[in-house]
Amino acid sequence: MIRYDILKTIAPILKDRLVVCNIGSPSQELYQLLDQPSNFYMLGTMGLCSSIGLGVALVQDQTVIAIDGDGSVLTNLATLSTIANNPADNFVLLIVDNGSYGSTGDQPTYAGMATSLTEVAKACGCRNVVECSAEETATELEKAISSGKMTIIISKCQPGNVNVSVIDDDPVNIANRFSNQIRELNS
Amino acid sequence: MPPTTDKAILDSLVRNKIGFITSVPCKQLAGVIELVDNHEEIYHIPSNKEDEGMGLCAGAYLGGTRSAIIMQNTALGVAINSLVTLIQYYHIPLPMLISYRGEVGEKVACQVEMAIHTKPLLQQLYIPYYHFTKAEQVNSLDGILQHSQMCKKPVAILADASFWSSAS
Repeated sequence: MIRYDILKTIAPILKDRLVVCNIGSPSQELYQLLDQPSNFYMLGTMGLCSSIGLGVALVQDQTVIAIDGDGSVLTNLATLSTIANNPADNFVLLIVDNGSYGSTGDQPTYAGMATSLTEVAKACGCRNVVECSAEETATELEKAISSGKMTIIISKCQPGNVNVSVIDDDPVNIANRFSNQIRELNS
Repeated sequence: MPPTTDKAILDSLVRNKIGFITSVPCKQLAGVIELVDNHEEIYHIPSNKEDEGMGLCAGAYLGGTRSAIIMQNTALGVAINSLVTLIQYYHIPLPMLISYRGEVGEKVACQVEMAIHTKPLLQQLYIPYYHFTKAEQVNSLDGILQHSQMCKKPVAILADASFWSSAS
């Protein structure tokens, strides 16, 4: 399974939930599979998906699912220490770990070599860290949401992207509809 | 008792409903950071790097809470991409309380290297900035914070060594 297959299997779980999605292929693939006002697509700024997701989770009550990638987490590795020390039980960080920089031509990342993001997350102090296969991801995501505990899921999958177009929505529109949705869900 | 200027900065942040603050420390900002950390209406989340902090602030703002970042001017070198492709691109208001190291009165020579680039960088990025050299300028902070929310832009408050040494 590649990232797109995981997104397809978790799309029903993501429906109507707050989702912050990583730059490049992940956002473009999610946009094609399940565009909804409660999705925040990153159009730039590699590495900050988990930080944005945590920020959203800390200031309101709805569950927030951040869909990040191994390359992006490596870019902002210290985020795992911030997450561990500021637990938000409505936050799920799903790291799609395909061991490659998918949006830039599938160059290998260190997460596909000697580095284990699962162990890094644990060493940073994250308490509920689950490593699973691509096939198990939907089940683990459902479990994480219903547990009511902040959870980091590292979903190991194959590298590869599908051919989807870039997102041409206005960034301010993406931000506004996301914010409005948060306000509605919390009212 | 905390110094009056630090308290005045805190009061202005609270008056302007800034409920989420991230910080990367500086000696000059230690007093403000301590006050922010102890204030029950503010969620203070120290970040490891300023670009990470901007991600946290963007998320909090999208989630419905006004945010701000406290950092040194050296951070501009770290955070330009985040300022441009996240904060400015999505129209997120972000007051940046910046310790303006490397100005007259600085004791660490290397700080001057970034100080000489600070204003040109802010100008190039079209980020409004306000240079605080005297403690009484803290009275303009309310207006600056309102301005950032109104225009949904990042703004920089550059508080230099003269400002902090004139603070009581």
